[in-house]
Amino acid sequence: MSARKIGDTILSVEGISLSFGGVQALSNISFDVREHEVRAIIGPNGAGKSSMLNVINGVYHPQEGTITYRGEKREQMDPHHVAAQGIARTFQSLALFKGMSVLDNIMTGRNLKMKSGILAQAIRIGAAEREEVAHREKVEHIIDFLEIQPYRKTPVGRLPYGLQKRVDLGRALAMEPKVLLLDEPMAGMNVEEKQDMCRFVLDVNDEFGTTVVLIEHDMGVVMDISDRVVVLDYGKKIGDGSPDEVRNNQAVIDAYLGVQH
Amino acid sequence: MMTHSLAATALRTQRDKAVTEEGPGVSANVTKLDTFPQLLLRHAAERGNHPAIREKDLGIWQTWTWSQVLDEVRAVSGGLASLGFKRGDRLAIIGDNRPRLYWSISAAQMLGGIPVPLYQDAAAQEMTFPLQNAEIEIAIVEDQEQVDKLLEILPQCPKLKYIVYDDPRGLRKYDASQLISFEALQERGRGFNAKNPAYLDEEIGKCKHADTAAMFYTSGTTGVPKGVVLSHENLIFAGQAYVSLDQITEDEELLAYMPLAWIGQNAFSYTLSLIAGFCVSCPESGETVMIDVREVGPTFYFAPPAVLEGMLTRVMVQMEDAGFVKRKMFHYFMALARRVGGKLLSGTEQVGPLDRLQYALGKLLVYGPLRNRLGMSRVRIAYTFGEAIGPDLFVFYRSLGVNLKQLYASTETSAVITLHENGKVRSDTVGPPLPGVEVKIAESGEVLVRSPGVFVGYYKNPEATAEVKDADGWFHTGDAGFFDKDGHLRIIDRAKDVGRLKDGTLFAPKYLENKLKFFPHIKEVVAFGHGRDCATAMINIDVTAVGDWAERRNLPYAGYTDLAGKEAVYELIWDCVVKANLDLSSDPKLAGSQIKRFVILHKELDADDGELTRTRKVRRRIIADKYAKIIEALYSDSDHVEFDAQVKFEDGRSGAIHADLKIWDAKIFKGNASQANQGNGQ
Repeated sequence: MSARKIGDTILSVEGISLSFGGVQALSNISFDVREHEVRAIIGPNGAGKSSMLNVINGVYHPQEGTITYRGEKREQMDPHHVAAQGIARTFQSLALFKGMSVLDNIMTGRNLKMKSGILAQAIRIGAAEREEVAHREKVEHIIDFLEIQPYRKTPVGRLPYGLQKRVDLGRALAMEPKVLLLDEPMAGMNVEEKQDMCRFVLDVNDEFGTTVVLIEHDMGVVMDISDRVVVLDYGKKIGDGSPDEVRNNQAVIDAYLGVQH
Repeated sequence: MMTHSLAATALRTQRDKAVTEEGPGVSANVTKLDTFPQLLLRHAAERGNHPAIREKDLGIWQTWTWSQVLDEVRAVSGGLASLGFKRGDRLAIIGDNRPRLYWSISAAQMLGGIPVPLYQDAAAQEMTFPLQNAEIEIAIVEDQEQVDKLLEILPQCPKLKYIVYDDPRGLRKYDASQLISFEALQERGRGFNAKNPAYLDEEIGKCKHADTAAMFYTSGTTGVPKGVVLSHENLIFAGQAYVSLDQITEDEELLAYMPLAWIGQNAFSYTLSLIAGFCVSCPESGETVMIDVREVGPTFYFAPPAVLEGMLTRVMVQMEDAGFVKRKMFHYFMALARRVGGKLLSGTEQVGPLDRLQYALGKLLVYGPLRNRLGMSRVRIAYTFGEAIGPDLFVFYRSLGVNLKQLYASTETSAVITLHENGKVRSDTVGPPLPGVEVKIAESGEVLVRSPGVFVGYYKNPEATAEVKDADGWFHTGDAGFFDKDGHLRIIDRAKDVGRLKDGTLFAPKYLENKLKFFPHIKEVVAFGHGRDCATAMINIDVTAVGDWAERRNLPYAGYTDLAGKEAVYELIWDCVVKANLDLSSDPKLAGSQIKRFVILHKELDADDGELTRTRKVRRRIIADKYAKIIEALYSDSDHVEFDAQVKFEDGRSGAIHADLKIWDAKIFKGNASQANQGNGQ
């Protein structure tokens, strides 16, 4: 019973620069993510954290730089391809189907894994039904894992915010991702909800060996659960290392607390 | 929807398969089978394919039959034996209702050991005492939460050698040498049993009727917890008493959702299941109970009053949000049900054909759907106990046709003293003693019990045992009560709180307080009267209920203090007090303790101010000191009193709330007044 060992680099970005017209969102960012680790990206508002995730995710296409994922080097990623390659993400502003039940929302995360055609699924014959049962089992494991059994049939829109975040995580987990990108998973939560979410993130990492890349505002949370931290400020990387190293980095302290000029 | 259909199918097949060669009476007849391991062996032999325990896992009900359970239990037993667990050793069991924890109880008993279930929500430090006291070497626990607690207190409990866990989640990184998974334990056990094929059967043979079967730690609100030692004889006697009185058979369904460490849950889900052979279902999690109960459709049900109250409140809130037609229909048929429902259920009084017809219609439109909503569609017998239940609450469930009955019991009596008989149910009594139980009232008013169910003693604490169990075997319950003319026991208060008025009339403060608290507008009451001429009361209104009432009457108010001082509110509370007095006057023993004067307190009693315990029990001595001036005024002629109440605010500052409180006289009724004969009978 030993912890999962942190492995080799699974994802690395090199020299990424992204601009929107005249606004330079990211300039020359490089860092890597090792297999099975919890990697945090932190920084003040507007530092370019979400943009960085969107680059990895393929939503934004950087003007410069390369992304290497599992040995494959690319200049830009494609969202559909990224998902199929085992990178899942959650969103800062929830993007769940509010009118659908928790169960159905998480089921949508299995979409990429479904083999049978839409017609076969609709009439649920033979293989399609067997496939649905298998997917349902996976989803039930996730529901059990995230402790949301009481809300299986509840429309997501009726759940409190903290639980919606959990469902969002569940949907990402349904893809059985290799790498999980979490965009501010604790934003807007109270202390207790944050603690719960931390536990789930660590458990996901521990149980499934999922590599986690997370963006977070709350420094305390990040330092507690991350193996390594990247710090961005105004689109530039100003720090990278273990939580302790980052905590003592003068540039980071300045960025967070401000400096006297 | 798939879960539902799958679960339902699973249930149905199991039921179809059920072996039913025996009638109901047979299961009650446990003559030579006088220990738990023998009961288990018999079920495995006689109804091997009958479901024994169920758990919802991944949304689907998983079922184990009696023969499968025996197989699992043997594996656990072997595992425990291989760890050195032997006759007389204690095994701690900590967690929710889980099949594996039930098997662990059986496994310990099979080896002649003593299972000690502990409350799973207790803090780590609270577990230290029982673990040390019982010299626990092996604990079987549910999950990481419990493992963490035990590892935390490991330094204080050096005897604890093994912690067996059911759910491995989150434990991957733990390297404590004490940890063993449940699977690994069973694996060891299967190996052990293969090598020693006769061992378990020999051990079962050695187990005697009078041997200790289990130990329960009392919650210990007063001083340190005490381990209540119960023998096979105690528990099996208790179980048989219920089985025979209510004809409980192997076909019952029960959902176990209260803590296993509570004697009530343990007696009904473990002991009774092993005597009658019915199936116990374990909910998916604590939060899914309301969903799971509807899927299981229990026929045998029990709940403390607080749970019943919570469900009623939910129904009422949902009804207020319902459409006009539904709401009207609900209230119309509930009024009818209150009038005739209880009578129809008891079958003791005549109900006219028109009412019967209307009730049948109501069943179709309201009662049926409502019972389904509550998961009570199939409930045949429902018990409530633990504390006093309000008459309205009690009548609500009975009028729906749910056969709710009260019982009275304690851990020390193996959960058996009194129980209502079918058809003779009343909200204000706890029924007559069960067959085989002797109950008498001591000079002091204390209830004494003697039966084969009375416990062996407190573990390693002969002094405490001697205090409550006398040489003739009578157990002193510490409750005060009396028998009414029908032979029903009525519990009125804790014996130490019961006093006398100056003229010698019995004064039971909690009884009076409960009577008033059952009115929705009253939240808290403190009654005074010991050594005085008459009884008086200090009342806290329920600010939500009274506030709501005030809003509907367009009565403006500016918070609790303002509302509590309103003339109209006094009138409202006066009505409640007078109704309570009317009720009291019908009872010759209590008619003298009607409430003569009352005051509505301008501040809410609060645990932060030391006036209540954290579980909202009134701290009489502190209140008597703090509010001495008000109490004196209650016993004077004055119709008001000025008072500064000291309060502590949530940020730690303290202050005072000043008010001029009105004191009102209530109406007192003559004892046994004929118009008072409306009681709560049904």
